Amino acid sequence: MSQGSPLVVKVDGVTKVYGQGETAVHALRGVSLEIAQGEFVAIMGASGSGKTTLMNILGCLDIPTAGDYWIRNLNVAELDEEQLSVVRSQLIGFVFQSFNLIPRTSAAQNVELPLAYQGVSLSERRKRAIKALESVGLGDRSRHEPQELSGGQQQRVAIARALVTNPAMVLADEPTGALDTQSTKEILELLHKINETGSTVIVITHEEEVARAARRMIRLRDGQVVEDTTWVA
Amino acid sequence: MGGLGLREVWRFASRGITANRMRSSLTVLGVLIGVSSVIVLTAVGNGSALAVKQGIEKLGTNSILVMSSGGGGRFSRGANSNAKGLTLADAKALNDPIKAPDVKTAAPILNASGTCTYGNLSSTPQNITGTWASYFEASNSPIDKGYYWSNDDVVAGRPVVIIGTTVATDLFGTDSPLNQVIRCHGQSVTVVGVMKSKGSTGGFQDADSIVIAPITFVQRSMSGYGSLSQIQVEATSASTTTAAMDEVTAIMSAQHKIKAGANADYRVLNQASILASSTTSSHTLTVLLAAIAAISLLVGGIGITNIMLVSVTERTREIGIRKAIGAPKSAILTQFLIEAMLLSLLGGISGVALGVGISHFTVLGVKPVVSLTSVLLAFIVSALVGLIFGGWPANRAASLRPIEALRYE
Ligand SMILES: Nc1ncnc2c1ncn2[C@@H]1O[C@H](COP(=O)(O)OP(=O)(O)O)[C@@H](O)[C@H]1O
Ligand SMILES: [Mg+2]
Repeated sequence: MSQGSPLVVKVDGVTKVYGQGETAVHALRGVSLEIAQGEFVAIMGASGSGKTTLMNILGCLDIPTAGDYWIRNLNVAELDEEQLSVVRSQLIGFVFQSFNLIPRTSAAQNVELPLAYQGVSLSERRKRAIKALESVGLGDRSRHEPQELSGGQQQRVAIARALVTNPAMVLADEPTGALDTQSTKEILELLHKINETGSTVIVITHEEEVARAARRMIRLRDGQVVEDTTWVA
Repeated sequence: MGGLGLREVWRFASRGITANRMRSSLTVLGVLIGVSSVIVLTAVGNGSALAVKQGIEKLGTNSILVMSSGGGGRFSRGANSNAKGLTLADAKALNDPIKAPDVKTAAPILNASGTCTYGNLSSTPQNITGTWASYFEASNSPIDKGYYWSNDDVVAGRPVVIIGTTVATDLFGTDSPLNQVIRCHGQSVTVVGVMKSKGSTGGFQDADSIVIAPITFVQRSMSGYGSLSQIQVEATSASTTTAAMDEVTAIMSAQHKIKAGANADYRVLNQASILASSTTSSHTLTVLLAAIAAISLLVGGIGITNIMLVSVTERTREIGIRKAIGAPKSAILTQFLIEAMLLSLLGGISGVALGVGISHFTVLGVKPVVSLTSVLLAFIVSALVGLIFGGWPANRAASLRPIEALRYE
C-alpha cells in the first residue's frame, strides 16, 4: 500500500445482503479495504463475486447493509441525501460498462452536466467540457449525439464526463467489457492518463492484461477479498 | 440547482415533450379544452346576465311598476277576498303632486291581444297596450318616426297607434308606416308614430313587438272596461325612486283600503328589485357553468399527471445517470416540474386564445362577455395544474434511489 498518501477510501467490514429470508443473497461478506490518494487499483473476480456491488457502494450509489465506509474523512452513513449528491458531484467520477450517456444530448452537453450540477457558469463549463473532450481525442465530435458515436467513442465521452470535475477518484465498472481490443487499449491509456494527474482510479476488469497495468490488484470471491497484491511497476 | 441554468432545464423539458409529440399534443389538448371552456362558459354566463340586466334597464332607470297581486289568483279567497283590481282611479290618485311629490307621472296600462294586418301582411304583437300619453314619459319610450298621440286623443278615444319596430317591419318592411291605416283586433287604426327599437331583451320578450293606443279606444273596442293590467309610474329621478315607491304604496293602500299589516292586493316593483332577483339567478348560472368548466380543467390536469408518470418511467434510467454524476434531488424535481408546467401552460395559452376566439361568436343565443378575471384565473389555474398534477410524478422521480434507477431497464 502506498503509505504516506492520505486515504481516499476506507472500507471496514462491509456486508451487503440483497433480499430477505430464504431468498437473501449475501453479495459482500465483510470486506475491508484501504485505498490511498493516487492509487490505480484493479478489482477482479468471477462473475457474481460482488465486484459491482462493492463499486456501487464505493460510488455512493448504494448503501452497505452493515460495516463502515469513509470517503476522505467523511463517514458516508452519516450523510443525508443532499450531502451524498455533493459527494458524488465533487469527489467521484463514474464510468459504466454500458456507457450510460444521456440520449439525444450532444457529447459536449453530456460532459457539461456534472459541472452544471456543481453550479459552474455556462461559459466556464463549455470551456472545460471541450477541453475534456479534446483530452480523450474527441474534440471534433462535441456536437455529436451518443447514437451517432461508436461504442469506443461513447465510452471516451463517458470518461471525459467522469474526469471533467477533477474528481478525487474515478470508478470504472468493466469499462472495456463491451469494446473491441483497439478501443480497450485506448480506454486503458486514458485511465492511466487520469491516474497520472493524481486521481485515484479503481477499475473492475476480467482481463489479466488490464490488471497487470494497474499497480495493485484486489481479487474477490463470494463477497470476500481473497487476494490484495501491490507491485512496483 | 442554481447553476443548472435555464438552457439545460429548457432542453430537458423540451426533450421530454418532443419525445412523443402525439402524446404531448393530446395532453396539451386536454388542458386546452379545460381552459377554453372555463373562459367560454363564464363568458356565456356573464353575457346572459348582462342581456337580462340591459333588458331591464331599458324600462327606464326610474320606473316603478304597480301590479295586481290578488283577484283571480289561487289565494284570492281568504285574506284577500276583497281584492280589487287596479283601476283608472288608482292611476289618477298616483298623479298627486302633494301626496306623491316624488312621482313624476303615472300611467295606466291595459293590455289586449290580437293580430294586426295591413293588406295581406300580418303581425301578432305581444301586447296591444292602451294607456295615457304620459306613458311615453313613464316608460322611457322614445319615438323614432312620426309623433306621440296626445291626451286629446285619449279624451276622444281616437283610433291612433304607435307601433314598435317589429310590428312595423312585419307589416311594412322598409316602407314608412306613418299615416297608414292598419287593422288591429278587427279595428281600423292609423299609425302616427314608430318607436325606437329597444332591442331584444333576449329570450322570449320582444320589447319591439308592441302597439300602443289611447286607453279609451282599447277599452271601448277591444278589452272592455275591466281592471288594468299594470300602472306604470316614473319617479322624478333615480335617487327619489325609493321615496316614490313609499308614496305609491301609501296611496295604493288608501285607495284599496288596506289596513296596516294586512296583505296588500297589489305589488309595487321597481327595477332594483327586478334586477336583484335576476342577478341572483344569472349568478347561479355563471357559477354552474364555471363548475362544469372547472371539472374539465381537472380532467386536463389528470392527463398531465398521467403523461408525467409515463415520462418519469421512461426516463428512470436517465434519472439514475444524472444522480450518479451528482444531480441533487432538487434539480430533478425542478426539471420535471418545469416540463409539466410547460405542457400545461402550452394548453393554457392556446386555451385562452381559443376561448377568447369562440367568445366572439354568439353561443346558445347569448353574446358571451369575456371577463379579464376568468382569463387570468384560467391561465393561473392551468399553470398551477401543471405544478400540482406534475408535482407527484416529479417528486417520485426525484426520490428514486440512484442504484434502483440505474438498474431500471
Ligand atoms: N439488485 C440485486 N438484487 C438481488 N441480488 C443481486 C442484485 N445485484 C446483485 N445481486 C447478486 O449479488 C451477487 C453479486 O453481484 P455483483 O456485485 O453484480 O457481482 P459481479 O459484479 O462481481 O458480477 C450476485 O449473486 C448477484 O446475483
Ligand atoms: Mg458486475
